[in-house]
Amino acid sequence: MKDYQIYVSVWAALLVLTLVTWQVSYIDLGLANAAVALVIASFKASLVALFFMHLRQESRLVWGFAVFPLVILSLIIFGTLSDTLFR
Amino acid sequence: MPDEGGKVETAHADAGLAYESSKLGIWIFLGTEVLLFGGLFLAYAVFRIKYPELFHRDHLELNRTLGTVNTVVLICSSLSVAAGITAIRNGKADVLKKSLVVTLLLGATFLAIKYFEWSEDFAHGIYPGTDVFFSLYFMMAGVHGFHVLCGLLVMAWLLVQAGRGRFSAEYSTPVELTGIYWHFVDLVWIYLYPMFYLIG
Repeated sequence: MKDYQIYVSVWAALLVLTLVTWQVSYIDLGLANAAVALVIASFKASLVALFFMHLRQESRLVWGFAVFPLVILSLIIFGTLSDTLFR
Repeated sequence: MPDEGGKVETAHADAGLAYESSKLGIWIFLGTEVLLFGGLFLAYAVFRIKYPELFHRDHLELNRTLGTVNTVVLICSSLSVAAGITAIRNGKADVLKKSLVVTLLLGATFLAIKYFEWSEDFAHGIYPGTDVFFSLYFMMAGVHGFHVLCGLLVMAWLLVQAGRGRFSAEYSTPVELTGIYWHFVDLVWIYLYPMFYLIG
């Protein structure tokens, strides 16, 4: 059963975070609403990647394969927004 | 093809090397998926910055409760996949089969709720062409839903293969790789949920 415990803990954390982000969305925080929601989403996504997708135990090579597309994506986002934001 | 002992012939003489290479393959595929969804995420960011009032008004039209329920459904399906992988690593094929059935049911529940939501949207006169918010919503939720559907088809195939005794503690690569894919689909929804239902 010990092997399953870590997954159950991650699952419980994901459910709690979903509940928190859901309830916070009913409170008007102005611009902070978007920031809180995205920070919580990123934290949940990290939990999924590290534990469910086993990145925590993976080699540097797999980490490279996982991170490289994110670097490319951030370049695309940075390049596009630096254009559209200042038109 | 498997023989009686459940061993599988692969292009590699070394089973460990075959497993590691397969894993790199699924991560390369996920890299292309990041860029597929990434382009849509970028379009969302550009238009949300340009039309904040429109996004705020439109997002109130979506059913926040059902969006939350679907998030919970997908998180539960990720747990059942992870449990199935742990089970087959320990050689418990019967537990793997049960986890696959649970995952199939949860995935089908997700799509059924999505069908219900969209029927409601259409009944309220909301279509993909209504405005840029709903174009992005139907496109991104649609592409994501298609990924859920593909995942379910692969999962059904895994169930058939598991029924034929193809997977064991020594060989479970297809189950592992499908699991990584399924968690990625869950991860995409973890972002779509706040973007459309919570903060619009």
